[in-house]
Amino acid sequence: MLADLPSTKGTIFDISGLTKIYRTGEVEVRALNGVDLTLEAGEMAVLLGPSGSGKSTLLNIVGGLDRPTSGSVKFKGEELAGASDRDLTAYRRDHVGFVFQFYNLIPSLTAWENVALITEVASDPMTPSEALSLVGLEARMNHFPAQLSGGEQQRVAIARAIAKRPEVLLCDEPTGALDSATGIIVLEALARVNEETGATTAIITHNAGIRKIAHRVYSFLDGQIASCELNEERIKPSEVSW
Amino acid sequence: MKALSMLDRKLVRDLARLWAQSLAIALVMACGVMTLILALGATRALEDTRAAFYDRTRFGDVFASATRAPESIKTAIAAIDGVSAVQTRIVNAVIIDIKGMAEPATGMVISIPDHGEPAVNRLYLRSGRFPEPGRDNEATIIEAFADAHGFRPGDTFDVLINGRKRHLVITGITLSPEYVYAIGPGDMVPDQKRFGVIHMHRSVLEGAYDMKGAFNDVSLTLSRSADKDEVIAQLDTILKPHGGTGAYDRTDHMSDAFLDSELTQLRAMAQVIPPIFLFIAAFLVNMILSRLIALEREQIGLLKAVGYSNAAIAWHYAKLTLAISVVGVAIGGIAGTRLGHGMASLYGEFYSFPFLVFSQEPDLYVISTLVTFAAALIGAANAIMGAVRLPPAVAMRPPAPTRYRSLFGGSAGGFRLPFSQLTVMALRHLVRWPLRTALTTLGTALPVALLITSLFAFDSVDHMIDTMWFRADRQDATLTFALDRSEDAVRDVARLPGVLAAEPFRAEAATLRNGHRSRNVQIIGSNPRTDISRVLDEEFAPITLPPAGILLSERLATHLGLATGDQVEVELNDGQGRKVMVPLVGVTNSYVGLTANMSREALDRLSGQGSRISGARVIVDDNRILDLYDEVKQTPAIASVALQRISLKRFRAVIEENIGISITIYVSLAVIITFGVIYNSARIQLSERARELASLRVFGFTNREVSSVLLTELGVMVILAQPLGWLIGRSFSVLVAKGFESDLFRIPLIINPPTYAISSLIVLGGALVSALIVRRRIDRLDLIRVLKTRD
Ligand SMILES: Nc1ncnc2c1ncn2[C@@H]1O[C@H](COP(=O)(O)OP(=O)(O)OP(=O)(O)O)[C@@H](O)[C@H]1O
Ligand SMILES: [Mg+2]
Repeated sequence: MLADLPSTKGTIFDISGLTKIYRTGEVEVRALNGVDLTLEAGEMAVLLGPSGSGKSTLLNIVGGLDRPTSGSVKFKGEELAGASDRDLTAYRRDHVGFVFQFYNLIPSLTAWENVALITEVASDPMTPSEALSLVGLEARMNHFPAQLSGGEQQRVAIARAIAKRPEVLLCDEPTGALDSATGIIVLEALARVNEETGATTAIITHNAGIRKIAHRVYSFLDGQIASCELNEERIKPSEVSW
Repeated sequence: MKALSMLDRKLVRDLARLWAQSLAIALVMACGVMTLILALGATRALEDTRAAFYDRTRFGDVFASATRAPESIKTAIAAIDGVSAVQTRIVNAVIIDIKGMAEPATGMVISIPDHGEPAVNRLYLRSGRFPEPGRDNEATIIEAFADAHGFRPGDTFDVLINGRKRHLVITGITLSPEYVYAIGPGDMVPDQKRFGVIHMHRSVLEGAYDMKGAFNDVSLTLSRSADKDEVIAQLDTILKPHGGTGAYDRTDHMSDAFLDSELTQLRAMAQVIPPIFLFIAAFLVNMILSRLIALEREQIGLLKAVGYSNAAIAWHYAKLTLAISVVGVAIGGIAGTRLGHGMASLYGEFYSFPFLVFSQEPDLYVISTLVTFAAALIGAANAIMGAVRLPPAVAMRPPAPTRYRSLFGGSAGGFRLPFSQLTVMALRHLVRWPLRTALTTLGTALPVALLITSLFAFDSVDHMIDTMWFRADRQDATLTFALDRSEDAVRDVARLPGVLAAEPFRAEAATLRNGHRSRNVQIIGSNPRTDISRVLDEEFAPITLPPAGILLSERLATHLGLATGDQVEVELNDGQGRKVMVPLVGVTNSYVGLTANMSREALDRLSGQGSRISGARVIVDDNRILDLYDEVKQTPAIASVALQRISLKRFRAVIEENIGISITIYVSLAVIITFGVIYNSARIQLSERARELASLRVFGFTNREVSSVLLTELGVMVILAQPLGWLIGRSFSVLVAKGFESDLFRIPLIINPPTYAISSLIVLGGALVSALIVRRRIDRLDLIRVLKTRD
């Protein structure tokens, strides 16, 4: 259903000619080799591709964690490629939510506090409790990460990422460490958040089945975009075949 | 060349990677080694030198003086059971007139036999020769005095002996076991320029003092099996009819007592300071090794799985510990040796020994090395045992995630802490490892305590100066007559040039007794309401001396087991043997000696010989002080003069010099501990929390915010350490003050608020610098790496 594409809100990321070269001694690795790509505001994109094809590298650059060797990344018209450390920090803080494969929760903070960590410094956040109920965890608010299952931890991470109402939600293999049933719960949480907050969401995954829940799918190969397809028909996360 | 085993290569790389932390630990160890070598080395140097010197010069075991005793009783003294040698002498105080020096110097003139060496208290001849028989104007002088004036054999000086000025020729420069620490009347520290000891032939002094066939001083050496107390008692009995002032042993011998108190300090230093450093070093080793082993769980499991024995793994980590210790021992050994030489030459300034070598015997280094290795291995033991106990299979699995607790229990309730989550992170981490937090806090408190313990001496000295020179003995000078005079003599003193006011005093040697406890002291009689020299009560308020009764210093009263209101038996050592019960009417405050005070009237009554005075305390017009000096040098009736103003100046100068030295040393030590503790714990926290902190950076927290998590945690410990450090410092200071206390002097325990503040500021400064060094590493955290790996 093309009509689902919220392209009317405009392009949020405009990436062109993006190249990232890692040099370790004599060896030179082209992690990204001239990537051109756009993300529309509010859409959900899935990035697929074999291991080492450059997905994480791209996501890190888009998230302001890393800088490209050359090329341009425009976030709502602002160039990120040459931004200073301080600007990138502010960019991450104000606009980006991250979800990682290994959750990266703070072990010394409870679920609620992990979320509050972010809402404390955000300008227009939801309350931690709201964010946790969006991912169905209101009952486990006062548990420490060590007292939660992997899927629950990942949902806390999602709640933490969305609590500040980011414009961008970047997820690097969010289900990578989870079994299928838990993975589906996590995907449902992401889909719901995308729907309800309108955050532009990019999900890296190795599970080709997940592609169907996205508006748009980019496939990577050797540091380049091999294909870009729009899903006419999106499926619910619960229908994903693992 | 044998190639390094793989484990040893790992060891070398670990050390290279951890060099800064290892060095910080090694430095703490080095301080321990240094102070141990310094304290033990100096103790030995002093003890050995003293023993050798005393032995060679046959330093006496028992000493006594009398007014005038016939030489014939020497046989009776020698016959006392246990006495191995007797030397009778003529000893008197004199005033020395040195050309070019305005103020009069004081000194002792002591007889030596006309023929042969003394049987007791021999002299060590540094240069020149002893006087020749028949030459009345020849004398030897002690080295410290000679050096201060640049005297050499052949030089001359004037001295007032029994009222007659004599021009003496120096034949030799000597050292005397009685004056290793030579301190003049009224002085707190040696003033080599103003105090001299002169030795002359007995026959010359017999003539000068009209003491033919008599003596007024006797020293004995005892055989090994002698009963010292019995000898002292018998000697007292023999001397009593001749004005014996009470025999005493080396403990009460001024010079030896000062040496002893220096040794007490050194021993205390050896017992307290190195253990502090070694304790902290052990704790730091434990911290760094525990972390290393936690990080290397998987490697350890792998090593075990492929067949490395537990012993091999334990030895691997033990070697790491020992490698750090070796560096510490090496640095500490070198620093200790160098400082030891410095210390020996410092001692050389105060103590006159023929030689004073800083002991560098190998066993000292062996002991320090072993002690340091032991401390380090004890610190490492439990971490290493942890590695040994890891079963290979478990070791290969990642550790269970750290379980944290809510700060105040209620995890289910909706209770929220009023802190930011960053602060909560810091606090939870603190309570998660309470033992480590406590030890780190203690480790930071100890340098504060060390600083207080070393700096409080200056507060106490300030207080002593204020009390002694500005509240109690406010005179500019004290003049002592050769013989007791009638009361009118004070008017003669008042008429001396420059004297603005004079107050008479009477000094009588006496024995105080309470049951079997007894003590020889000087009772000082003064006017009831004195203004110049005052007796202070325990609150430092001047006391009006009561018409009857006696006042004793607190230490003396305690010695005798007396409290105000008790009766004390007083026997003046005037040869009459009268014993009188006198009420103790008050306890006084005194930092020097064992003092006993009475009103002059009461003392006169006690002696039953009418009103006599021994000297006067005077206030002098600064502009005419030189005239007074001149006059004193000419006045036969004045046997001795103590210049309180000059003593104070000298005391201050010596203390100031010491302030410089000890501040440098102790501040360095404190900074090294602080750095060792804070830097290491910050690095370890950083290692444990790198992932967390990097995650925070990913979420958009600034470097400053992220560092604040770590710095809050350190800050809490550093702040908690301050009051703890003050408390420990105060307790240490109490011990130090107690350790110093002797019959000669005591140090009041005064710690002024600025001392606490300065100690804390130094440690806070050290902590801040260490933390900032670690902060720079937070700025360089690799954000992407932590996202790729599981903890
Ligand atoms: N710090 C680095 N130094 C050198 N090479 C790197 C670095 N980070 C990534 N690479 C290389 O860049 C390439 C792309 O890596 P990237 O992590 O983006 O792959 P990916 O598509 O996310 O793979 P996966 O699906 O396995 O996570 C890989 O060949 C990788 O080896
Ligand atoms: Mg990846």
